[in-house]
Amino acid sequence: MKKSARDIHDSTRSIHRRALMLGAIQGAVVATLGWRLKTMQLDRADEFRLLSDGNSIKMRLLPPARGLIHDRNGLVIAGNEANYRATITREEAGDPALVIERLRRLVPMTDTAVAALLAEIDKRSAITPVIVADRLTWDQFASIAVNAPALPGITPESGLSRSYPRAGDFAHVLGYVGPVSDYDLSKIENPDPVLMLPEFQLGKLGVEAKLEQALRGKAGSRRVEVNSAGREMRELERIEGQQGATVQMTLDAGLQNFAIQRLGEESAAAVVLDVRTGDILASASAPTFDPNLFVRGISSADYKALMEHDHRPLADKTVQGVYPPGSTFKMVTLLAGLESGLVDSRSHFYCPGHTTVAGRRFHCWSRSGHGSVGPVDSLERSCDVFFYELAQKIGIDRIAEMARRMGIGVRPDLPMSAIAEGIAPDREWKRARHGQEWQIGDSINASIGQGYVLASPLQLAVMTARVATGLEVAPRLIRAIDGVALPDPVFPALGLDEGNLKVARAGMDAVMNGGSGTAAKARIVRPEWRMAGKTGTSQVRNITAAERARGVIRNDQLPWNRRDHALFVCYAPFEAPRYVVSVVVEHGGGGSSVAAPVARDILLYALAGGLPPLDAYPPGQRDEIREMLARMRLAPSPVAQAGGGRARA
Amino acid sequence: MSSYLDYKPDQTPGGWRKILYLNWPLAFLLAAVASAGFLMLYSVAGGRVGTWAEPQMERFAVGFVAMIALAFTPVWFWRSISVAAYVTCLGLLLAVDIIGHNAMGAQRWLDLGPIKLQPSEVTKIALVLVLAAYYDWLDMNKVSRPLWVLIPVVLILLPTALVVVQPDLGTSIMLVAGGGIMMFVAGVSLWYFAAVIAFVGGLVFAVLESRGTGWQLLHDYQYRRIDTFLDPTSDPLGAGYNITQAQIALGSGGWSGRGFMQGTQSRLNFLPEKHTDFIFTTLAEEFGFVGSITLLGLYALVIAFCIYSAMTNRDRFASLLTLGIGGTFFLYFAVNMGMVMGLTPVVGVPLPMVSYGGTQLMILLMAFGLVQSAHVNRPR
Repeated sequence: MKKSARDIHDSTRSIHRRALMLGAIQGAVVATLGWRLKTMQLDRADEFRLLSDGNSIKMRLLPPARGLIHDRNGLVIAGNEANYRATITREEAGDPALVIERLRRLVPMTDTAVAALLAEIDKRSAITPVIVADRLTWDQFASIAVNAPALPGITPESGLSRSYPRAGDFAHVLGYVGPVSDYDLSKIENPDPVLMLPEFQLGKLGVEAKLEQALRGKAGSRRVEVNSAGREMRELERIEGQQGATVQMTLDAGLQNFAIQRLGEESAAAVVLDVRTGDILASASAPTFDPNLFVRGISSADYKALMEHDHRPLADKTVQGVYPPGSTFKMVTLLAGLESGLVDSRSHFYCPGHTTVAGRRFHCWSRSGHGSVGPVDSLERSCDVFFYELAQKIGIDRIAEMARRMGIGVRPDLPMSAIAEGIAPDREWKRARHGQEWQIGDSINASIGQGYVLASPLQLAVMTARVATGLEVAPRLIRAIDGVALPDPVFPALGLDEGNLKVARAGMDAVMNGGSGTAAKARIVRPEWRMAGKTGTSQVRNITAAERARGVIRNDQLPWNRRDHALFVCYAPFEAPRYVVSVVVEHGGGGSSVAAPVARDILLYALAGGLPPLDAYPPGQRDEIREMLARMRLAPSPVAQAGGGRARA
Repeated sequence: MSSYLDYKPDQTPGGWRKILYLNWPLAFLLAAVASAGFLMLYSVAGGRVGTWAEPQMERFAVGFVAMIALAFTPVWFWRSISVAAYVTCLGLLLAVDIIGHNAMGAQRWLDLGPIKLQPSEVTKIALVLVLAAYYDWLDMNKVSRPLWVLIPVVLILLPTALVVVQPDLGTSIMLVAGGGIMMFVAGVSLWYFAAVIAFVGGLVFAVLESRGTGWQLLHDYQYRRIDTFLDPTSDPLGAGYNITQAQIALGSGGWSGRGFMQGTQSRLNFLPEKHTDFIFTTLAEEFGFVGSITLLGLYALVIAFCIYSAMTNRDRFASLLTLGIGGTFFLYFAVNMGMVMGLTPVVGVPLPMVSYGGTQLMILLMAFGLVQSAHVNRPR
């Protein structure tokens, strides 16, 4: 069938009409699309550009490296070490359980740890990295990196972590750092955003906590471009952070190590002061603990062991421990008496072995008595009755006032944690504290450093330094920050009569070097290092009249925690005081037999700048000392660090 | 029914001379659009040719040669096989529904050993062919009679139904709209179109109005799906994520774009399906308004050339075929662009000649081969 020309004409006309209509509609649609493009790309471009940048550009904080802590000779005692770890991102891992199972062939992990980890991964968002393995060895780290294709989602990373190369030596003074807890954040107003970084470490105790601001440094920042999964694609800008300040301590690593080792297994504390500057050269509390355990996250078993140890390794006994100072307090009572003008250097009291006050009998440690005792003798032989009589004469308030002038009952201003104030008791204190009137018996107990009197080993060292110099020596712990040395302090005079001080010093000299000194055995025989000291043995229990009648039970027959504390304070050289040492051995027994030898060894180390020379000891003791020194496990001779330079090898 | 005898061989170019009578401007336009695609595929692959650009170029080369080859075939041949092609496509669609290859949760592919066939793509062209042949055969006066309107409606709805169950909403809409364009250009009374529009509009209105009333027509979850479908931004982390990111990419291009390979939205993977359905957003981001309006202009020119070619062709089948293929092409880019610009709901429709996809590209080129054939062999 052939189409007629008319049909073709009609068809063409119809198609023309409809094609034009279709074209018009299509043109309108194209125009609409074009208009939409114009509004989006020209009119609203800025708005979309902003959204686009917000999508892809993120700020990331660069945690600053924590400031180093040096000892006084520039040796690093708190540093930063590379911490190799591996993180996992769920999104990239796909099946985290499978990936971790493969990882376990490279890094040993317990089943419980894996279960906890999987729960953690599940809880976090798919793109948040979760730490799967921490503190990897270099070999483990390298093997993870090499096996990366088989471990999707696992990223090996290296960061910095605090490390304490001297392990326990400085644990109590420096404290330690740890992960930032919610509790930490709750205490800080406007916390530094860097604290929110999961791996960030914050000073928890001691110098690390007290000097947190200086040590932390300033965070840097990076502007990075991220993809839709949050993965960084490239870095657009990098502002480096600032490492925390380097803090130089007054402590001497060698001396500190020697002191810790010398205290050994005892529950004890030792403080060494440089009397010219107040520098704390050593502040040893034994037993100690390894702060690195806390940085790495201490196991509950280790923590429990530390908590339940009856020698309280976590406590810093040098400043937190307060003890009845016992006879080491007698310089205070003596000076209070001499300064009162009621007695002088020629005054004597008679000691029959006891005295009776207000119907109560107070005993001297020597049952047979010391006979007629003068001020110097009173210290040399540590006669208690002399001080009983003296205290009755001058009253407690003069003693308490002198104690405070010597630093007892005054909190030292140091960047250490939980520093104890001690107690220099007087009438007002007892009224406020116990709501009772002061009794004469309280004065008698206080006169020999018993009763209410309490002092920390540091305070005893300060007291000794003040007696030795007549100056208001104040302890300090920081020598320089960021290389800027703190000015050497100029101590004001205590305002005590030099003659009276000389009496007290002569008494301390006699303790060591007098014919009948209580610590004569622990003397130094080198004349240029002549040593003065005072023993102390403080009771931690009451001795009843009945027991005294039967005979006082000897310390070695008592359970450990009922034995007397052994105390000793000393300084040397006698003519030109340089170093002060105080030692407290908890429940150690006698100050002369237990504390004094320890104090002398530490003092000699300070004087010699190294191991005590045997010729400083009385000839009969040298073999014993040689053996003891040989047994000590001292830290290897410290190696000079860059920028430091040790004064001695 | 007219036959090849209607043609006057002496008046139509023969043999190799046909090549001079090709619609060369149209061929160049298509090559230009495809080139824009190669460029973008190179960019979204992060500067790699092998990933998408190279396979796309190879298929384009094959498709382009196929287009020229088809131009040499006489257009009446296509008219005579149109019914067979249509029936074959229905069979293939049925086969896909039964044994089809599963891609992205929908059965669209037929695995025939060395080649994978996507019958729904071919069906669009076969439907245009069969409708062109139908209206060429049908007496002009009967075009708007109800019975003769019903037949093409059935022809359209049969393959549509088979595609809907795959499920492939995008292609179903393309089939209905493509068929509608054929009926429109064939001269079916505008009242039918008005009635359909009124009915669909009324139905949508009723469905939406009934929501929350006693005579609610759909379940609540179905309404929520409709909400997301109509306004993806109401669910910015779910279904709306793609469209929100696409709009950010598009808008942030600004006047001249962020520069070739500098689009952060695509390079950093914020864009979904960036080498297929959403490729226009990368172009818009990297080349800005200048680039995107240029591509839109090229598409508009393709349509204009088709309409001009159809209007200058006195053969009814050839004209209808040209308009139908041009209309299908138009639907592709209009729906795709409208989708990424947030004007139309998100349906899986690629950007023609630009999106990565061999079947789609080659079938489109072959369809333009039919347009070329109609152009070359037009009665003079």
